[in-house]
Amino acid sequence: MEVTPRVAEVDVRLVNVTKKFGDAIAVDAITLDVSDGEFFTLLGPSGCGKTTTLRMIGGFEQPTSGLIELKGVDVTFLPAYERDVNTVFQSYALFPHLTIYENVAFGLRRSGIKGDELKRRVGEAMELVQLIGYEKRVPAQLSGGQAQRVALARALVNEPAVLLLDEPLGALDLKLRKQMGIELKRIQREVGITFIYVTHDQEEAMTMSDRIAVMNKGRYEQLAGPETLYERPSTRFVAGFVGASNLLEGKVGSDGDDWTVTLPSGAVVRAPKSLGDIGSSGAIGVRPEKLTLLERGQQSKGNTLEGTVVDTSYLGVITQYVVEGKGGLRLLVSEQNIDRTTRSDTWRPGEQVTLTWKPEHGFVVGDAASA
Amino acid sequence: MGMIRRHPALVPLLLLLPGLVWLVSFYLAPNIQMFASSFWSGTLESGFSFSFSNWTNYTDALGKYQQQYARSIQYGFAATLICFAIAFPLAYFIAFKAGRARSALLFLVVAPFFTSYLLRTIGWRTILGDDSIILGPLKAAGLVDPAARFLDTPFAVIAGIAYNFVPFMILPIYVSLEKIDRRLLEAAQDLYATSWGAFRRVTLPLAMPGIFAGSLLTFIPAIGDFINAELLGNPNTTMVGNVIQRQFLVDRDYPTAAALSFMLMVLILAGVALYGRLLGTDELTSKAI
Ligand SMILES: Nc1ncnc2c1ncn2[C@@H]1O[C@H](COP(=O)(O)OP(=O)(O)OP(=O)(O)O)[C@@H](O)[C@H]1O
Ligand SMILES: [Mg+2]
Repeated sequence: MEVTPRVAEVDVRLVNVTKKFGDAIAVDAITLDVSDGEFFTLLGPSGCGKTTTLRMIGGFEQPTSGLIELKGVDVTFLPAYERDVNTVFQSYALFPHLTIYENVAFGLRRSGIKGDELKRRVGEAMELVQLIGYEKRVPAQLSGGQAQRVALARALVNEPAVLLLDEPLGALDLKLRKQMGIELKRIQREVGITFIYVTHDQEEAMTMSDRIAVMNKGRYEQLAGPETLYERPSTRFVAGFVGASNLLEGKVGSDGDDWTVTLPSGAVVRAPKSLGDIGSSGAIGVRPEKLTLLERGQQSKGNTLEGTVVDTSYLGVITQYVVEGKGGLRLLVSEQNIDRTTRSDTWRPGEQVTLTWKPEHGFVVGDAASA
Repeated sequence: MGMIRRHPALVPLLLLLPGLVWLVSFYLAPNIQMFASSFWSGTLESGFSFSFSNWTNYTDALGKYQQQYARSIQYGFAATLICFAIAFPLAYFIAFKAGRARSALLFLVVAPFFTSYLLRTIGWRTILGDDSIILGPLKAAGLVDPAARFLDTPFAVIAGIAYNFVPFMILPIYVSLEKIDRRLLEAAQDLYATSWGAFRRVTLPLAMPGIFAGSLLTFIPAIGDFINAELLGNPNTTMVGNVIQRQFLVDRDYPTAAALSFMLMVLILAGVALYGRLLGTDELTSKAI
């Protein structure tokens, strides 16, 4: 490997890409850059346009308008077989009539690679996905996880510039999914190929991705690294989709360096303006684990709200509470069970509490329209 | 029910029973009877007697009618090829391109079955006739010799067979094409196969079972057919089916008819076995590469 430092090159660029099916807009003027070697994820709920976006990059669907570039070359209308891109399909789409070896060799053979090089490269790919010994089987003789790895090997063996993965772990059970997720990340680091990964599972996205575009209704609402998405979600949708959050809605105001929100109960909460733009109808949010529960009457600096514990669930690592306040306020609080040093028992439903958090631990979401 | 629960091994037997009864009474028993009668000697009037020494029935029949056998194979083969050439593109179109017209087109494929086989074949006499809608205008335009004729030629017989059996080729091919997961074709394209490449490496191998079934369903009845040769051919286009039919129903020479039938069956079985080997699954896999 060269060690000369360089600015990350753009591998995939979408400019104003729109896809309509009849009158329905599946993808709505998306513009984004994916850099070389990046693990980039499109995250969003069902029907938000993730697959359609991926299919346009792969060449299986043509945009209604807009431009798609691969490595600086316009490929908008290039057929799939001429693109230096490979796909791991949601359903794997392994060739049922070919052995695993031939499945993996398929792309190489089409590119005219044969003999020892073919054998070597297929062998390497099989080793990478730890499927040595399965060469002679046919896809029907594989488990879901093995089929998924063959699909991965079949794509990776071609050493494409970009690998597209459409919910490749969707068909697996939770445990295998986590395991394969770690595997995928390892393989991506090892081969250094750009991955564009589609999922609706935020946990999966968070653990693997360098950057995530959170999509909703054909566009993305925020594009950032996992940490930023979690700590500073910029829209209500992102705050709700990535992790759990409490949104404090009310009358928005400004006080010096802080945004203020006056809740229906009359209580005022604050967040520093440096966290983002609240606009005229935004909200202040706070993650459940940033809230601290105090006995009623105990004083604290920062934001405080009063409420009553209505539900307690012990989840091992954490205990989760639902606290209700005045004016229909309902907050989720999670407390690490390590804090048992300060209090010998969990809070019980019915107990009166004061909730507190530092203003800078909250986040600010903007107007719905500013998404 | 209790008995089934206590003896689950009975289930497959029970499921097979109706078919077994049917096959034993209408296939196996008549075949044994036919096999026996192929070793008969004598006539209907004087009565038949069985003897293994009558194996000469076979050699006699073969010697006398080898031409008809050869013709049957040729015609059957030609008709099957024609059927394939017509059926594959059509089935492909219906499966991949027809969209909503699919069921309507499939209905049209089987629509001829609403008319009797005999009537349809007689209909071909009109179509192929000397002054028919095909030859008439061609002759009028001076494009073909006024003396040219289709009817009562091998061409007419083969055309008739192909026409009558083409649905049996279309339907199985259609079914196997229709079953192909479209994402496999995208996967092939994703892996640098052109449209033609994807067709050759994915569509065609996956359609093989349908092609296999279709060819058998066409070739087997075609080789034993006699109606087309009877209605559309001439005395020099008789097939083995015509001979068997005549021996059984006109000349009442049951031993010869039985020997001919038996040899035809063996011929077909041998052909199917060979064909199956050629297109067998192992072969399929390696050929697709
Ligand atoms: N071929 C098509 N014809 C018509 N509409 C389509 C087509 N493909 C997708 N759509 C529509 O476009 C929208 C986006 O679909 P897409 O498959 O991209 O969603 P997705 O984000 O991948 O969802 P999921 O998580 O369920 O896979 C959906 O509303 C879908 O119904
Ligand atoms: Mg999808």
